[in-house]
Amino acid sequence: MNMQRLIQYIKSFAFWDLLLGLKLTGRLLFATKITIQYPEEKTPTSPRFRGLHALRRYPNGEERCIACKLCEAVCPALAITIEAEPRVDGSRRTTLYEVDLFKCVYCGFCEESCPVDSIILTRFNDYHMENRGENILTKDKLLAIGDKYEKSITADRVEDAEYR
Amino acid sequence: MIEQLLLIGTIAIKILVIVVVLLLSVAYLTYIERKVIGYMQMRIGPNRVGPFGLTQPFADVIKLLNKEIIIPTMSNRFLFIIAPVVSIGTALAGWAVIPFDKKMVLANINAGVLYVFALSSLGVYGVLIAGWASNSKYALFGALRAAAQSISYEIAMGFALIGVMMAAGSLNFNAIIAAQSGGFWHWYWLPLLPLFIVYWISGVAETNRAPFDVAEGESEIVAGFHVEYSGTVFALFFLAEYANMILISTLAAIMFMGGWLSPFQGIPYLESFFAWVPGLVWLLAKLSFFVFCYLWFRATFPRYRYDQIMRLGWKVLIPVTIVWIVVLALAIHFQLAPWFTEMK
Repeated sequence: MNMQRLIQYIKSFAFWDLLLGLKLTGRLLFATKITIQYPEEKTPTSPRFRGLHALRRYPNGEERCIACKLCEAVCPALAITIEAEPRVDGSRRTTLYEVDLFKCVYCGFCEESCPVDSIILTRFNDYHMENRGENILTKDKLLAIGDKYEKSITADRVEDAEYR
Repeated sequence: MIEQLLLIGTIAIKILVIVVVLLLSVAYLTYIERKVIGYMQMRIGPNRVGPFGLTQPFADVIKLLNKEIIIPTMSNRFLFIIAPVVSIGTALAGWAVIPFDKKMVLANINAGVLYVFALSSLGVYGVLIAGWASNSKYALFGALRAAAQSISYEIAMGFALIGVMMAAGSLNFNAIIAAQSGGFWHWYWLPLLPLFIVYWISGVAETNRAPFDVAEGESEIVAGFHVEYSGTVFALFFLAEYANMILISTLAAIMFMGGWLSPFQGIPYLESFFAWVPGLVWLLAKLSFFVFCYLWFRATFPRYRYDQIMRLGWKVLIPVTIVWIVVLALAIHFQLAPWFTEMK
């Protein structure tokens, strides 16, 4: 017991613990850095990543959404607003489809509930708004996002297909 | 008359050169600090402004100079402004007696050690005045802590310097360096090892750097004595702190590591091989190591608690120095080889 205390005493006078700490930081000085240079580099995302919303179309250009309002019903944050009327050709379509990005919690329930794979969450998560009101994604904007990223959306679906 | 003017002119130019070089090194020390600490935390530090972030210090300086100086309503305006001036003034004045090479010294005065020691103690007044004049609770806390800390550590530092004076038999920096000549093993770090360590610890404490940065205490009292300062006056405190770091490192290099002496002195082949290297380079290499230690410590050690600082200062460092001064006196009396052979 006394021996241990003596050793402890000598160690503290020789800065033993401090030297161990210095050794650690000294080693890390030469370690590989883990910084990711954000705008140029990004961390890899999963194909299931739940980012910005999009409305998809069929390959012939027809919008998928049939205004069943399941997404509106399931949305826990009440972020989705839908109004619907029969179109001229008799099919049921939305006249208003809005997602409030400030309310949305990105849970993905809308995507899960959608029977026609229309509303989906893309893997894009770095977007911003510059003016008041831009947080509301209108139907046009959602469709435009869908058109813009259709390739990556399809690729993600294919990659994740066997788990769905 | 003309000769006198010429003399004053050359001295002014020398001062200008020292100050400009010093300010540039302070600017880049902040960059190196951020890089080194970043690397030790597995980050890469600033790299956006210019190649490798090399112009980052200038961006910082321009930003600080453009900022508004906010003077708190209830503060003492005169003291509030004078405090950073005291800090930077003492931090720069200490450089007057530092020998950069055998002949490269602005003022080769006999009591150089005493002069530097006095100025480094005066520098604390800048901190004290700043803390008091701000009329802010956090600033006052910071100033009180700084006062207690510097009183405690100045004693230990003074004793460590007494050891150097005893060993060299002089207060003149060039004489102290000359007394250490004879190569790596003749420098005073070895015979005065405990004093060297005590000096270095007190030096870190004296400049209020981590792990003794309770006066600033970022996470407890925001920024301590300089919470209320912004813009240029804040920049002055910043400059003073970093200039003091370099000064303490230079003193450590001069008094314990042989200053501008070559480490290969006395080694047959290497001595002639490195003979062309000017002394300034050796001094720079040595002081860079100490400055790096500052950054290394900051990246490694957590801040000391206030009572731990007091305990370390009074109960550990001061007794160690006193014991070693006695040992040193005996060593000098019996002319212990190879360090104290020629003294009498």
